[in-house]
Amino acid sequence: MEEMSELIAKNSLFAGLPDSTIQLAVGCAQNVTFEPGARILVEGEPADTLYLLRRGRVALQVQRPSGKPLVIETIGPNSVLGWSWLVPPYRWQFDGVAIDPVGAVAIDGTCLRAKADADSVFGYALLQRISGVLLSRLQSTRVRLLDLYGHSLDD
Amino acid sequence: MTSPEHASPGPFVPSRYRVVDRKTETSDITTLWLEPVDRPIAPYKAGQFNMLTAFGVGEVAISISSAPDAPGPIEHTVRDVGAVSHALASSEIGTVVGLRGPFGTDWGLESLAGHNVVVVVGGIGLAPLRGAMRYLAENPAPDRKVVLRVGARLPDQIVFPEEMERWREMGVDVEVTVDVADADWKGHVGVVTQILTELPFDGAGAVALVCGPEIMMRFSARSLIDLGVSPENIRVSLERNMQCGIALCGHCQLGPFLLCRDGPVVPYAPLAAELITEIER
Repeated sequence: MEEMSELIAKNSLFAGLPDSTIQLAVGCAQNVTFEPGARILVEGEPADTLYLLRRGRVALQVQRPSGKPLVIETIGPNSVLGWSWLVPPYRWQFDGVAIDPVGAVAIDGTCLRAKADADSVFGYALLQRISGVLLSRLQSTRVRLLDLYGHSLDD
Repeated sequence: MTSPEHASPGPFVPSRYRVVDRKTETSDITTLWLEPVDRPIAPYKAGQFNMLTAFGVGEVAISISSAPDAPGPIEHTVRDVGAVSHALASSEIGTVVGLRGPFGTDWGLESLAGHNVVVVVGGIGLAPLRGAMRYLAENPAPDRKVVLRVGARLPDQIVFPEEMERWREMGVDVEVTVDVADADWKGHVGVVTQILTELPFDGAGAVALVCGPEIMMRFSARSLIDLGVSPENIRVSLERNMQCGIALCGHCQLGPFLLCRDGPVVPYAPLAAELITEIER
């Protein structure tokens, strides 16, 4: 059985951080699992958790007025799910639905914010990492706007 | 070496081929199976292209999408985007079309022995790599892993899905992503570089074969380099306005390359990396 600190340290968000920093997150964390189809995030509901995905995939999706929900992005193992706990108004912007059996470390957002407020070194390290992940997601979104596959090859 | 039965009356005279089968792959992509009416073209290699003529309409460069050593008709997968490709894509069984070729460079399959291989395709880009993929899937080697990463705009724009499933069953690590999907789609949603964040082997020493629109190839090449793949080991397929096919007319010039002869498959480094970021003149 892996220790919680090991599980957290394996995730890209915390990888490489000193153990003392990771221990601050351990105090806010628990292991969770979800069955396929489970709504892990619910649009409009209070956002209070950061999920570090260990296994399985989650579809970020939005319900349309008619038809099936539209999937915006798929989040896979070793990725981070859920940012809305970070800034007011702390509400999920999208649904997050488990595609496969999902295993994750759930970190309480309120607890994490309090520790970041109290320990500026921890807070800065956390925000630096989060900024890196958000930047990567933003760049991927921008690349998708380019409609990468829309160009002809043969004419 | 061209054998006597492939002797051509000249490089600009097409051989006649008959459409013996066709398959609608997506709303605008069709695969044609072609058999020679009389004079077959010379043997081809994976990655090369032919000039296809829709008689009375015109001629266009189309990649060969069948495997080089496979018996039976030669396959071309055509995207319906212009007058010529529309005429070809609309060809019914029995239609006679013209074929000149094969032209250009190939994926260099013989050089892949002992290397892990990453194949990255976007949109119809799997067509020029389909022959190479068939070869890699059907000729597994203990010292070689093969990874295929595919990106498409929508689930119904994915080409050759059944074949990808077969390759997966044959041991190829296949992952597909789309830009937009509804909740019925159980695969990945996101741009192709998002499924290029890790490899099941060390990127150093691996060879990457990349085909798709140039923006996609550029971003994919950057991701591959981040994964440790040497830029010199990344091969990309570039296309321009191929017309003569024999490096005479200059329409397909890109920097120092005449792509109908020096391409379509070229190493990403040192030249292609710069060329595909330039505005075409």
